[in-house]
Amino acid sequence: MTNSTPLPSEAPLTRRKRAAVVGASSGIGAALVRRLAAEGYVVAALSRTAEPLHALANELNVGGETRAIPYAHDVTQLEQIPALLQQLVKEMGGLDLFVYCAGVMPKVEINEFDLQKDQDMLAVNLSGGIAWLGQVAALFQGQGSGHIVGISSVAGDRGRVLNPAYNASKAGLDTYLEALRNRLSRHGITVLTVRPGFVDTQILSNAPRSFGVISPQQCAAGIWKAIKAHKQVVYVPWWWRWLMLAVRNVPSFIFRRLSF
Amino acid sequence: MSTAPLPLHNISRLENFGHSLKRVAYVFRPEHTDELPALFEQAGRAGLTIGLRGAGRSYGDAALNAGHIVLDLRGLTRILDWDADTGIIRAEPGVTIEQLWRHALPQGWWPPVVPGTMFPTLGGCLAANIHGKNNWQAGPIGEHVLAFEAALPNGQQVTCSPQQNSELFYSMISGMGLLGVFTSITLQLKKVHSTHVRVTGWTQPNLAGMLAEVDANKDEDYIVGWLDGCARGSALGRGQLHRATYVHADEAPPTRSNLDLPASIMGIPKAILPPLMAPFVNNFGVGLVNFAKYTANRVLENHKSYLQSLVEFNFLLDYIPGWERIYGRNGLVQHQSFIPAAAAESVYREVLQLAQRRGLPPYLSVLKRHRPDKFLLSHAVDGYSLALDFRVPSDPARLVALAAELDAIVLAGGGRFYFAKDGMLSAEHTQQFLGAATLAKLSELKHQTDPQHLLQHDLFRRALAS
Repeated sequence: MTNSTPLPSEAPLTRRKRAAVVGASSGIGAALVRRLAAEGYVVAALSRTAEPLHALANELNVGGETRAIPYAHDVTQLEQIPALLQQLVKEMGGLDLFVYCAGVMPKVEINEFDLQKDQDMLAVNLSGGIAWLGQVAALFQGQGSGHIVGISSVAGDRGRVLNPAYNASKAGLDTYLEALRNRLSRHGITVLTVRPGFVDTQILSNAPRSFGVISPQQCAAGIWKAIKAHKQVVYVPWWWRWLMLAVRNVPSFIFRRLSF
Repeated sequence: MSTAPLPLHNISRLENFGHSLKRVAYVFRPEHTDELPALFEQAGRAGLTIGLRGAGRSYGDAALNAGHIVLDLRGLTRILDWDADTGIIRAEPGVTIEQLWRHALPQGWWPPVVPGTMFPTLGGCLAANIHGKNNWQAGPIGEHVLAFEAALPNGQQVTCSPQQNSELFYSMISGMGLLGVFTSITLQLKKVHSTHVRVTGWTQPNLAGMLAEVDANKDEDYIVGWLDGCARGSALGRGQLHRATYVHADEAPPTRSNLDLPASIMGIPKAILPPLMAPFVNNFGVGLVNFAKYTANRVLENHKSYLQSLVEFNFLLDYIPGWERIYGRNGLVQHQSFIPAAAAESVYREVLQLAQRRGLPPYLSVLKRHRPDKFLLSHAVDGYSLALDFRVPSDPARLVALAAELDAIVLAGGGRFYFAKDGMLSAEHTQQFLGAATLAKLSELKHQTDPQHLLQHDLFRRALAS
């Protein structure tokens, strides 16, 4: 945890919205922080590595206005999460939007079964996600409002030959988000599951092949559009929805013979 | 500092009375004053501050503490002592004005000072040092407090009265819950010989007339003016006055069986009134309603005199439960300014004209007569107050900008403000209104009673933190 820039005093009655993005130092997370700041949010940016966060905050906090507040945090340190959430809520005076964007995908060979790599993916993509999302769900349920965004993946839609643990971690997160939606929508809370395709981030460099790659900015724009529209599930870009519909319906006797 | 975080199931969203602010906080509801020291300690360990909240009837941000802890004191509702011979009552801070009069009125006693609603708690009333329509006669509620006990964040329990710990007495009353928590309050009630007052209403065609009549009737038991905030030109500030006097038992029966507010108004059930009123809550509709009210009273009701129960006369705001909801989803705020008598006409003329020019006329405007008191964060002057209710527009920044302009006009006229109502005063304007000496005194007392600055709220951080 790092201590943060105090919020500037605001004009009464005209309160800015507060967001937190976990996994904010690069890729989709960093693009979302920039997008939310541009949309008028004050954003708590959380990430394991402090330097890129501070660079991001310096880039956004210009003209004497605080738009991003950096917090160094490793999502695998689960026991820190409740206290850090309390600190965020205190320092920002509340929370309106939460994005879980932390995710790792190491390079995995087609015949490789590496315990450590698999555990890392589960710890960051799934356990950290459940820990954060559960705490935020309790907060939002108490306040009777809030918007949750979880970055899942098209990779969660089916288990494939290339990276079983990554598929499993994203499928687990996806199912958890669905369950949260079913729990929380009755409390006036929206839960958005985002299933991006190939996005030009560090993760992409570990993918064996890619097509239809979009930039993190394009991905963030698609996510922001879905947030504004109060969507439940969104594929980014949109055409993945139809592609994955087809992929989900490929029968197993064919699917297990494919190498993609 | 590492410590177990507070449970998230204590998180709750709180609003101000006007529903114009929504803030989350960890809410704790002590059932006994014994629990206060442990709560102070817990907050200190968690690195969070504590805001005190009674009934949540403040128009501004006095009972909100965004992201921190709020103590909901409505669980402290015991009446500890009551002497029907002397009219002295000792009660916990969560006891409401309603609880007080229902307890004492059957035996001929009435709270000496009440606000326009019976729902606030005694603790809240003391913290804001509230006044009523009898401020010139009776002063603020603090002048009727014989003593109180308080739990201070520094761990001490103190007893304060005008004689004992008098500096803290005159500072915790009016101190907006920043120095300690009242644990018991001893109040001298007023003897009444009837449950009713004799009320007379009459109209005045302009601001000068209203001010003159409020002043001429200041020695009555109660005097209050309603202004048509939409009237312009030579009719600016026109309105209606109501004065009331306590009556003797032979004039009105001392006990009427039912003192509850009526369930219907002019035959219309109260519950359906807000939706009926909502279409009129805009500049045009309120202008129309105010014109109709003024004209009807001028023609039909002028100088009529009638008996009304103390409850009906005093608690005008409680006639329609949830009336503040008619202001829509952005809610309402109030701007109440206190101006010395000599400057009042020119200041209030400027205030009303500016609000109208900005396209934000006040929808409800109330005029009262005041006299100074010696409490630390006093709002009173030898003069008048004008309370203006504004609907928060879809772009709240318009109203915030207007309020800053109004505040500058009020300060130039030597005016003051009232933290029970205020939600927009800037720190700079607060310094001008209270003065450096008062703020230094508050800070000095806070360092004694609350060295860790545990007691805070949104209002403190907005306007008072130096």
